[in-house]
This record gives sequence, structure tokens and C-alpha cells, in this order.
Amino acid sequence: MMSFLTSLVNGLSLGSIYAIIALGYTMVYGIAKMLNFAHGDFIMVGCYIIFVFSSSLGLPPVLAILLAVVLCTILGVTTERVAYRPLRNAASPLAVLITAIGVSYFLENMALLIFGADTKSFTSVVPWSGLSLFNGELVIQGITVVTICISLLILAVLQLFVHKTREGQAMLAVSQDRGAAMLMGIDVNKTITLTFAIGSALAAVAGALLASAYPSLTPYTGAMPGIKAFVAAVLGGIGSIPGAMIGGLVLGIIEILSRTYISSQLADAIVFGILVIVLIVRPAGILGKNIQEKV
Amino acid sequence: MLLEIKNLSVYYGVIQALKGISFSVDRGEIVALIGANGAGKTTTLHTISGLIEPKAGEILFNGDNITKVPGHKRVGMGIAQVPEGRRVFRDMTVEENLKMGAYSRTDKDHSDTMSRIFDRFPRLKERRTQVSGTLSGGEQQMLAMGRALMSKPDILLLDEPSMGLSPILVNEVFDIIRSVHEDGTTVLLVEQNAKKALNIADRAYVLETGAIITSGDAEELLNDDAIRKAYLGE
Ligand SMILES: Nc1ncnc2c1ncn2[C@@H]1O[C@H](COP(=O)(O)OP(=O)(O)OP(=O)(O)O)[C@@H](O)[C@H]1O
Ligand SMILES: [Mg+2]
Repeated sequence: MMSFLTSLVNGLSLGSIYAIIALGYTMVYGIAKMLNFAHGDFIMVGCYIIFVFSSSLGLPPVLAILLAVVLCTILGVTTERVAYRPLRNAASPLAVLITAIGVSYFLENMALLIFGADTKSFTSVVPWSGLSLFNGELVIQGITVVTICISLLILAVLQLFVHKTREGQAMLAVSQDRGAAMLMGIDVNKTITLTFAIGSALAAVAGALLASAYPSLTPYTGAMPGIKAFVAAVLGGIGSIPGAMIGGLVLGIIEILSRTYISSQLADAIVFGILVIVLIVRPAGILGKNIQEKV
Repeated sequence: MLLEIKNLSVYYGVIQALKGISFSVDRGEIVALIGANGAGKTTTLHTISGLIEPKAGEILFNGDNITKVPGHKRVGMGIAQVPEGRRVFRDMTVEENLKMGAYSRTDKDHSDTMSRIFDRFPRLKERRTQVSGTLSGGEQQMLAMGRALMSKPDILLLDEPSMGLSPILVNEVFDIIRSVHEDGTTVLLVEQNAKKALNIADRAYVLETGAIITSGDAEELLNDDAIRKAYLGE
């Protein structure tokens, strides 16, 4: 029983990290209408920035995370401006997708060049050892508690932002009809820039949490979580903010439970298998709308 | 002149959709732009609103050359459009759509404008909390018009507002255009329903495959034999 509870909590924690990454994926997809396949690598960049400032230079973790958030935001906004925007009206939507894959390889290889291929060990940004419940039978690590709380906080703030602020409403308008949004006086470019800024800042936060929970860092650290978060976003209904949250949590729990009770080798196969099944039953994802739009 | 278009040329790739057209709209007028499918009417309005960049030519608004002004800034200058096919924000409520219409305004309080719009479109008031995607076609048309009026435009560009509506609703839409005009808004009206458009307009231009082939007083055009044959189905 306790081991089940432990797995569940660990699943929630991993799922929360997927959710934070998936939020970035889903917002960029919903508003800029593109899959930023380099999103996972923004996480890796965030991890290395924290690693350099915190583990190597000895800055306080909070400061290192703030720096990572700022630098990742700049990276995301620059990538959009330099690599994606020129292709926004390209004849084929594949052009920007392929570019995103290129950006992904570029970032991974830059990290390889600068930091080498060897695994860096990462010091957790949360020094707190955690909660001990039921006379020590259930131990919940500090990073787990912090991860779950932060992801819920991010979800709440994002929902408020999108529904209650002028910029948030502009995002919703752009996601529904870019041309009509422009006819309202919305600066579509600025709105997309803001979306990339938010998504990339979230990637940095996710990086801090991920590397604290799984403290080994390589240039490929972001790739798999990035793909899983993409799966989570699709599972929840791509473009939907609550959907990304639910998709992330579901995915994290399934992954950890499969790892614990079935097989750690098969866990990823099970995760992707479930995606296939959900998409057969509900092609638009858990919270996605089945919009039959004429293009 | 409130709006002046000079030698406007627009291309989609290698296809030339507008072949150097020129026309103008004076303050206080209703001007109709009529023409068959594919004549270039929507392209013209899109270019005026800044959704498309022209290859050549100029757009003057209030005497200022706005050809290079980004589209989103033109709304605040006084140009609003009710686009073809309504294009309301489907996941937003009626009220949220109307608020989006006031996005470009620098003043904070839009409640006055909104209540005036609700007076003009009582059905929108009843449905203010309904999600727009579930409105009927006629209601969506009213919403698209109300949304455009929320910016308090000097000129309202309307792209086929009667498309797909029942005859009663078509009359209602034209009544509203008339009353918006009486309240001081200049109107540039694109229509395939040439008879209705010429009835309401002061002047009109006839567009054919990207070029203006005729223009004049609406009444004269209504009595022109060639126009009657080609566009009024007589
Ligand atoms: N995005 C586009 N890409 C390529 N060609 C286009 C595009 N939009 C319009 N065209 C072409 O430009 C020409 C003018 O189109 P436009 O939509 O302006 O016509 P319209 O007069 O509004 O027609 P309708 O009455 O059917 O709405 C047409 O030949 C059309 O095929
Ligand atoms: Mg048209």
C-alpha cells in the first residue's frame, strides 16, 4: 500500500514536470500554430545555466533559476524571431517544423561542444529533505512537494493571465483566428513573441525541477522529457491549458506505475501505447474540442 | 477624401488579384464595391485593413499615406472591418467578442458603446453570455458588425454582410447599415447582392477580374442596361 502511495506521489511529481513543459508546447502550438520541437532542448539549456551558476559558481539556487528563466526567455524569443518568424507564411507548414528540428540539433550540439558528453551531476535546487508521514513509512521528498506546488501555481497563474488580462485575451483571439485578431488591432507578432517568452521561461523552471529530481545532466537531458511532454499535450488536447496539465499528470503517473509494477524497460512503450489508444478513442485528446473547421 | 486608393496592385504569388485599381470614399458616404466571385473585392478590403501588403500603389486615410502602417495600428486610426464569413471568435462569448472589438481603444470605459450596440442588436444582448460558435449565422453577422463598431470607427468596411442570410435578415442587416451610417460612420460596402447595395449606396464601383470597369452614382448604375444585365440578373 505504502509503496503504491509512494509511486503515486512520484508519478504526480514527474507528471507535474511534464505538465509544465507541456504548457509551453501547447501554448506555442495554440497561438503560433507550430510545434516547437526544440522546446525540450530549452529545458536542457536551462539545466546547464543553473548548473554553471549554482553548482560551479556557487550562486544561491533561487538566483541561478532566475538567471536561467531570463536567459531561456531570451533564447526562446530570439529563436522565434530568427528561425521561425521568417517561415511563418511559408507555403508548407513543414518548413518551420523542420527548422525546429534543426534548432533542436543545434542546441544539443552546442551543449556538447561547450560541456562535453559526460554526465554532470546536478545539485538539487531544493535543500529541504521533505515530509515523513505514517511513522516514516511514506517519505515524500522536498523536491516532490515543491514540484507539485509549483506546477499548480503555474497553472493557476496562467489561467488567470489568459482569461483576465488584455494580453491573455489577445492570445486567445490570435489562437482562434489570427486575421480577425489583427482586425481588432492586436499585434500578432508581439503576441506570438510573448507566447514564446512564457513557454521558454516555463521550460527553464521545468529544467530546474527535472534536474533536481533526476540529477544527471547531459546535452540530451531535455529530449525525452520534451517528447513525453508533447505526448502529454496531445493527450490532454493540444492547445488547451488545463488539458496540458491533465495530460502531464496522467502521463507521469502511468509512467511511474508501469515502471514500478510492470517493467522499467517497458514503461516508455506503455506511455506511447496509451497515447495511441487515447487518440483512437478521442482524436482531439482528453479536453480537446472536436472542431470541424473549414480551412 | 477620407479614404483614397491609388493604383493598388496586389499579387498572390504570381497571380495578380488587383491590377492597379484607384477609388475613393468621402466622409459620410456609403460606397458600394460590387463584382462577381473572384473579382478581388475581399482582396481590396484586406489590403485596406493591412492583412495583405500591396506590391504597388498607395492607401491614403485622412490624407495620410498608411500603405506601410502595420495592419493592427490601422484599427486605432479609425478603420474597422466586418470580414467575409464573419470570423467571430468562436470560443469566446458574445460579450468577450465585443470587448475584443474595443481592443484598440485607448480609453478604458467601453460600457457606453456596448450598451449602444446592445440597443442596436437586442438579440446580442439576450445572448451576451452565449459562446459565439453556437450562434446562428444571422446572429454571428450581427456580432461581427457589433464587434467592429466597438472600435468606434470612422469608416466601416463590410465584406458581403448579407451572405447566406434569409431575405428578412438581409433586410435587417441593410437597415442596420443605414442606421450606422446615419449615426455618422462612413461605409465601404462589398456585396454580391448588387441591387440591395446600389439601393443603399451613394456611389459604387464595379470590379471585374481585378480592375474597376465602371463607377458612378448608385442610382445611375441601377438604371444602366449593361449593369442590369451583368449584375442584377435582368
Ligand atoms: N490566399 C490566396 N491565394 C491565392 N489566390 C488567392 C488568395 N485569395 C484570393 N485569391 C485569388 O484572388 C482573386 C480575388 O479573390 P477575392 O477573394 O478578392 O475575390 P472576391 O471578389 O472577394 O470573391 P468572392 O465574391 O467570391 O468573395 C481570386 O481569383 C482568388 O482566387
Ligand atoms: Mg470575397
